[in-house]
Amino acid sequence: MTLWRSIIVVTSGLLLGSGAVAGVLPEDRTDVLYHLYDGGGVAIDGPSLLVRKQIGKSMSVVGNYYVDMISSASIDVITTASPYDEERTQWSLGMDYLRGNTTMSVNYVSSVESDFDAKTYSFAVSQDMFGDLTTLTLSYALGDDLVGRSDDPTFERENDRQQYGVGITQILTRNLITTLNFTTITDEGFLNNPYRTVRYADSGVGRGFSYEAELYPNTRTSTAVGLRAKYYLPYRAALEGEYRYFTDTWDIESNTASIAYTHPMGPFTFTAKYRWHDQTGAHFYSDLFPRQQATNFRGRDKEISPLTSQTFKFLASWEFLDDPEGWGFIKRGSVNFSYSLLSVDYHDFSDVSVGALVGEEPLYQLDSDIIQIYFSFWY
Amino acid sequence: MKIRALSRYLLLFGLLAGAAGCSNFEPWVKPYERDRLADPIMALDTAPVSSSYIQHVYEAREGARGGEGAAGGGCGCN
Repeated sequence: MTLWRSIIVVTSGLLLGSGAVAGVLPEDRTDVLYHLYDGGGVAIDGPSLLVRKQIGKSMSVVGNYYVDMISSASIDVITTASPYDEERTQWSLGMDYLRGNTTMSVNYVSSVESDFDAKTYSFAVSQDMFGDLTTLTLSYALGDDLVGRSDDPTFERENDRQQYGVGITQILTRNLITTLNFTTITDEGFLNNPYRTVRYADSGVGRGFSYEAELYPNTRTSTAVGLRAKYYLPYRAALEGEYRYFTDTWDIESNTASIAYTHPMGPFTFTAKYRWHDQTGAHFYSDLFPRQQATNFRGRDKEISPLTSQTFKFLASWEFLDDPEGWGFIKRGSVNFSYSLLSVDYHDFSDVSVGALVGEEPLYQLDSDIIQIYFSFWY
Repeated sequence: MKIRALSRYLLLFGLLAGAAGCSNFEPWVKPYERDRLADPIMALDTAPVSSSYIQHVYEAREGARGGEGAAGGGCGCN
């Protein structure tokens, strides 16, 4: 997925690169993670390694190496192509520089696949103000992608992307912290997937429909605003709520909300989370176009169709080491296990793999298991 | 257009940073009252490597993007 992969690279860069708390450099730490996604005929797993280390008193550097090993026989693949295996490798380097109450961060991310190459450069500046109750962060990222096709070495398209972000973190009371984030992203270039197709009604074939290449607009601008609040409960537990509103020039509009509860018990910490997401479809999306080349732009990617997703997440952490003497230079260590069930109901995406009459196919539904196991070390 | 948008961000940042520097602001939550906010269970992002991954999953399967994540956390706890 061209567009989605681009977004992922930008987001990863900003997340890993802007982890600094203004006025304080991020903690020195190393995380070793194994991730597994399994659902809808797609299995993706691989490692991720993150290392962060302070250099001197005012600088911290961070590096991340991440791999996706993909084995795909998704609904899109089995209906129009053959199952495939793919590998994506991503690495990033970042630096945070602290001066007074200001933290400046730069980050570079590179993601490479056999048919896709993405580079992202990002910059963020955070300022603590008003007695350190408020942190203002501005961020900017520039993405530069090269899209190819595995079956056509001459195919090469570009995609440029710019992301602007403004965030405010505000301490409201001694128990309550909130964040407000605005993000605007503009894309320009080849935004659709070079492999994917749309289907259109075709009475000339037995099954009643045929496929043609999808064609997305060359530009997209999206805006998102997210509000988060975390509250410390009197008996040492935390309650967190989050809401996001999203809209873009493709007429996708979404609402996302989540609630999480964290409860420590000695060296163990447990978190339960529920997330709900609902979106409308893009204006050029159709499950079945009435004829070939029916519209200027056309897409049948289920990700831009109207859908509702729900996630149930459970996380358990065990802090097995918390000792100033520690293990040599390692002072703290934890092992963490996270399981999420992601369930997606598509409101206008038919499951054509069942072979029903055209227009009478059942709607597609997806359940995925998401597992993360990671060790964290602080030093 | 993009340069103008960036300029606006920088101007906003400069104005707010300047206002913060010139004011005699009295924080209503004192530094010594921030022990609960400094508790690890109150961290806005306990594991960047994990939150980055799960956001990756959502953005690959949904049409929305951005507006999430923590913009630092000005707890000034240390």
